[in-house]
Amino acid sequence: MTAPLLEVTGVGKRFGSLTVLHDVSFALAPGEALGIVGPNGAGKSTLLNVVAGTLPPDGGRVVLDGQDVTGTGAAARCRGGIGRSYQVPRPFSGMTVFENTLVAASFGAGLRSRAAADAAFAALVTAGLDHHADTPAGSLRLLDRKRLELARALATDPRVVLLDEIAGGLTEAEVPALVETIQQLVREGVAVVWIEHVVHALVAVVTRLMCLTYGEVLAVGEPRAVLADPRVVEVYLGSTIAGDEPELGETA
Amino acid sequence: MSWVNAVVQGILLGGLYALVAAGLSLVFGVMRIVNLAHGVLAVLAAFGAYVLGDTLGLHPFLALLVVVPVMAAVGYGLQRGLLNRALGGGELAPLLVTFGLAVVLQNALLEAFSADSRRLDLGSLGTASIPVTDGLAVGVFPLLAAVTGVVVIAAIGQFLARTATGRAMRATSDDRDAAALMGIDGRHLYGVATAIALATVAIAGVFLGARSTFDPAAGGTTLIFAFEAVVIGGLGSLWGTLLGGVVLGVAQAVGAAVDPAYGVLAGHVVFLVVLATRPRGLLPSAVTA
Repeated sequence: MTAPLLEVTGVGKRFGSLTVLHDVSFALAPGEALGIVGPNGAGKSTLLNVVAGTLPPDGGRVVLDGQDVTGTGAAARCRGGIGRSYQVPRPFSGMTVFENTLVAASFGAGLRSRAAADAAFAALVTAGLDHHADTPAGSLRLLDRKRLELARALATDPRVVLLDEIAGGLTEAEVPALVETIQQLVREGVAVVWIEHVVHALVAVVTRLMCLTYGEVLAVGEPRAVLADPRVVEVYLGSTIAGDEPELGETA
Repeated sequence: MSWVNAVVQGILLGGLYALVAAGLSLVFGVMRIVNLAHGVLAVLAAFGAYVLGDTLGLHPFLALLVVVPVMAAVGYGLQRGLLNRALGGGELAPLLVTFGLAVVLQNALLEAFSADSRRLDLGSLGTASIPVTDGLAVGVFPLLAAVTGVVVIAAIGQFLARTATGRAMRATSDDRDAAALMGIDGRHLYGVATAIALATVAIAGVFLGARSTFDPAAGGTTLIFAFEAVVIGGLGSLWGTLLGGVVLGVAQAVGAAVDPAYGVLAGHVVFLVVLATRPRGLLPSAVTA
């Protein structure tokens, strides 16, 4: 295994008396994809927030490419190569779709004028939003807002991309295209952390799977082995593993 | 003819009000901060130009070359050192901090310059006018002030629409956390926004100081007129601010044409009417918080 690009060690987070994350660790090499599953409230999104720098952890370290970034803010980490998409889309609604990705390309990827515009448009093409480039982001439908989350994360030219339930709400026909997009990222050497309830999409991409419950790592390893783990089946998957129905779980 | 004259003078006055209010509008639009020190900062800039004129004999417009960059630097420092910290403390904190700043600045100016009224001397430019028709003449200075107001607002608008930094400001205004995930450092960006705002305040302060007398307590009236322009136009909308300034200016000028004592009152009445009938302003911003 090559040197890890992203190394998360013993991360903990408490909100008051509630422990949201406890001693979570993982490492990712370039071109490696880690899937995260777990019931709602297991701390999955909080973990991404800690890695992206939106939330400071109470303990543990986040190391990006050998540099300890635990104390740096989200903006600096983004410029360092961590891209993140939100589960509940948060577009810049007063701007066009293209301007949304342009901002990401200008500041996240540090590109200028022409190069920034090209990268921003390329990200829209990848996410399948290019025909909406001039639409005000605030008027997008939910599905396109999710695509915009992906496009913006990609436009920052990430080395590590953190995806939060981007397949939820997609139709069955749309999932393979998304899977292909993320597989392409992985082939290009991007490290991917992907939280997803649509398990079959996840398993098609990730090399490792982690199951979180109550903020702790319940199981981690080869995806099929984790999904077959009786404890995982009990706490999370239950009947879903048989039918493998995509859980919509929309809160927006 | 006197009505036409009143409306024309009102429009020009409105341009000046818009110039004063532009910075207030920008700071609110980008950061949702209501800067209660805005008026006093304009007075501070006027005193700056006054000192430069008094000691070095600089024409007020030449003094702008010094006052504008200094005020921009003050704005950046103010934002990074004070207001950014206040932003973490809830909605009320920035309001209280800028209110306190206004009190401190006003008293510091009083200490330094006493309560005497001053005026910036523009020389012949201050009295020159262009005759349009019989009985209607447009002063060169009011025209210059109004044009400057339009240019400043257009420039800020273009900056927000077309530059990378401007887009980052709009993004941060929409959602600061999401903007951070695009690599945008909100602290620096807010500093830049306040620097621009105070640069425009500096220009406005010098025009105000040349138009009529000012003293350390003049910040209050300045703030109220600027605030009325912003609210009439629609919070956070720059072109709305220009329209709001013109509406306020025309109301004041027409009111004063009826009776000189009614000028300011007419402005306040129009402001209240707009607030009662169109609380979001005449040109509400497309972006809602």
